[in-house]
Amino acid sequence: MEMIPLPQISVGAIAPELTLVAAAMIILMLEVFTISKGRDNLAYVALAAVGVAGYLVIESLGSPMTTFSKMYVVDDFSGFIKLVCLLGAGMTILMSVKYTRDEGIDGGEYYSLLLFATTGMFFMVSGADLITIFLGLETMSISLYALAGYARGRLASNEASIKYFILGALSSAFMLYGMSMIYGAAGVTNLHEIARIIGQNKENIHLVMLGGGLVLIGFAFKISAVPFHMWTPDVYQGAPTPITAFMSAGPKAAAFAAFIRVFSDALISLQYQWWIIVWILAVLTMTVGNLIALSQENIKRMFAYSSIAHAGYILVGFTAGGKLGESAMLFYLLIYTFMNIGAFAIVAIVGQQGEERTSVSDFAGLGYRHPLLGLAMVALLFSLAGIPPTAGFWGKYYLFTAALDQGYVWLAILAALNSVIAVFYYLRVIVVMYMREEKGESLPQNAFPASIVVVILVAIYGSVLLGITPGGYLALAASSSLAH
Amino acid sequence: MMMNNYLMLSAALFVIGAVGVMIRRNVIVVMMCIELMLNAANLSFITFANYRHDMTGHAFVFMVIAVAAAEAAVGLAVVLAMFRNRETVDVDEMNSMKG
Amino acid sequence: MNQYIPVLLMFAAGAGVAVAMLGLSELLGPKLRFREKMEPFECGENQVVSPKRRFSVRFYLIAMMFIIFDIEAVFLFPWAVVFQSLGLFGFVEMMIFILVLAVGLVYVWKKGALEWE
Repeated sequence: MEMIPLPQISVGAIAPELTLVAAAMIILMLEVFTISKGRDNLAYVALAAVGVAGYLVIESLGSPMTTFSKMYVVDDFSGFIKLVCLLGAGMTILMSVKYTRDEGIDGGEYYSLLLFATTGMFFMVSGADLITIFLGLETMSISLYALAGYARGRLASNEASIKYFILGALSSAFMLYGMSMIYGAAGVTNLHEIARIIGQNKENIHLVMLGGGLVLIGFAFKISAVPFHMWTPDVYQGAPTPITAFMSAGPKAAAFAAFIRVFSDALISLQYQWWIIVWILAVLTMTVGNLIALSQENIKRMFAYSSIAHAGYILVGFTAGGKLGESAMLFYLLIYTFMNIGAFAIVAIVGQQGEERTSVSDFAGLGYRHPLLGLAMVALLFSLAGIPPTAGFWGKYYLFTAALDQGYVWLAILAALNSVIAVFYYLRVIVVMYMREEKGESLPQNAFPASIVVVILVAIYGSVLLGITPGGYLALAASSSLAH
Repeated sequence: MMMNNYLMLSAALFVIGAVGVMIRRNVIVVMMCIELMLNAANLSFITFANYRHDMTGHAFVFMVIAVAAAEAAVGLAVVLAMFRNRETVDVDEMNSMKG
Repeated sequence: MNQYIPVLLMFAAGAGVAVAMLGLSELLGPKLRFREKMEPFECGENQVVSPKRRFSVRFYLIAMMFIIFDIEAVFLFPWAVVFQSLGLFGFVEMMIFILVLAVGLVYVWKKGALEWE
């Protein structure tokens, strides 16, 4: 019997992923075998797994390697995004403890789905092959469809889940069909090999362009770029608030990472065809997101449109490309995770049971009733609006100067105008918090468990203190970019 | 040439699926249309793999089949949850959120 | 010709098992004759119904379970074909895969999703 040569395999390279998957399965088993006793502890099992995975990722920084038949790459770029995803997952787990108990949806499945989604993101950002990227994307998306509908009894959650599922699956199908065309043109699925083959051989270039276009549509859906953003407001509004926070951070960072890998590695020879499309996407995404956000009454919906606008800012960095553009994107994804999840944590506190207080007017008088909470919200909103000296300001500054550096003057001007529009709707919340006559009663004493306070403190650290001393994280982002 | 026929069939299936997703109102039918689109991509992979005598395309298709099954299962589950609350599978009636 | 003898043996064994099962149940089994029992396909459903009829929502749950656990065969078949050339590594790899599925099955079972009522 002739033996099949086995691919080179490095278990160490996927140790963080193995940790997350093992923890997710252990949580599932604990859920069914330790009936309803100490369910909060499952959250801490998940948190411990996130911590261990984070340690393993940090250990792997600085020693890049490619393994599993060149399908899986561990480098600083993937490491940085993985840390962003873990940060998002960790903060989400902490803010979920009280939320899920209040809503009566506490269970091991919730946390194991979060961990599975995070694993999917890991495979996406480390994928050096179309197969790995597609599998990671689907692992992430399928877990998120289930999480969006996790509040089974609430109609809005059901609807969010179904809409997310239909549009998400549609975008996956587009992406897959595009991948099949790229495979047809190049005959390989490895990103480096694709770049090499289509760089040399221009014979099938039209097939590659068609495939690349379809893959671009798929990614545009996942990062909710206009005009592929229709699902975002409904899904963000209907999903349980911690899940909304989670979806706005990690999955978006992972989708951007895979986007960068496919387009600035495999399809680099088509750069002159796709940069104009990304330019248009960036401008549309920023403008439409900000303009519609101005007229929103529901705060989760407002944040949904604001997250669309933020995806637009990040696309500005993507258009600019190069080391400067990429490191600005990475830095922005990091601080966006801090400030957005923090803001959603406050929305979850104010929303209370059943998420009945999620309109902007429910924040009236919050600044007087709960001065500290009000101050935290102000800091996070300032950061989201990009007002100096917060981290949000520096994030935008680096993105826009990257665009200027590459000569995209108009893009930078439009982006700057857009951040001015954005100030209005963030300030509106602050105005309501401090100047509108208060009608609501104070939040109950038990609305502030330690877990959620930790989330808000971490968010404040990331969006304010990081703005005063951005140096270290910026250097890390710069050393993590793919381009040199 | 044979390959072109398969590719045209795959393109036709994909378009039928995509149009179906957009115009059909029953969620179950929409899910079937999505399945059709995934299988169109599978057919395209298989055609190219056969043309190039390369196994990667076949491996990709195996993965897609597994993914499609997981997706269908989760899709059915969310439809089921919706049906229990509302007794409808009509996408046009899913409009509780506006803005 | 020699290489087909195992196949023939398989045929013989298969036919033998089938005949034995039918014969034994005919000889030993209790005999109940009512309407459902006499239908050609005995699976709890009437064979001739209007196609517009709605199915119980429980079937969807069963269908979901079936899809998930059925798909593993997609990976098992190619694995079985090259099993001997993969050596111990292939065996361990597939056992891990099945272990993951088993965790899923245990979860589904303990959650009671396999109960009809």
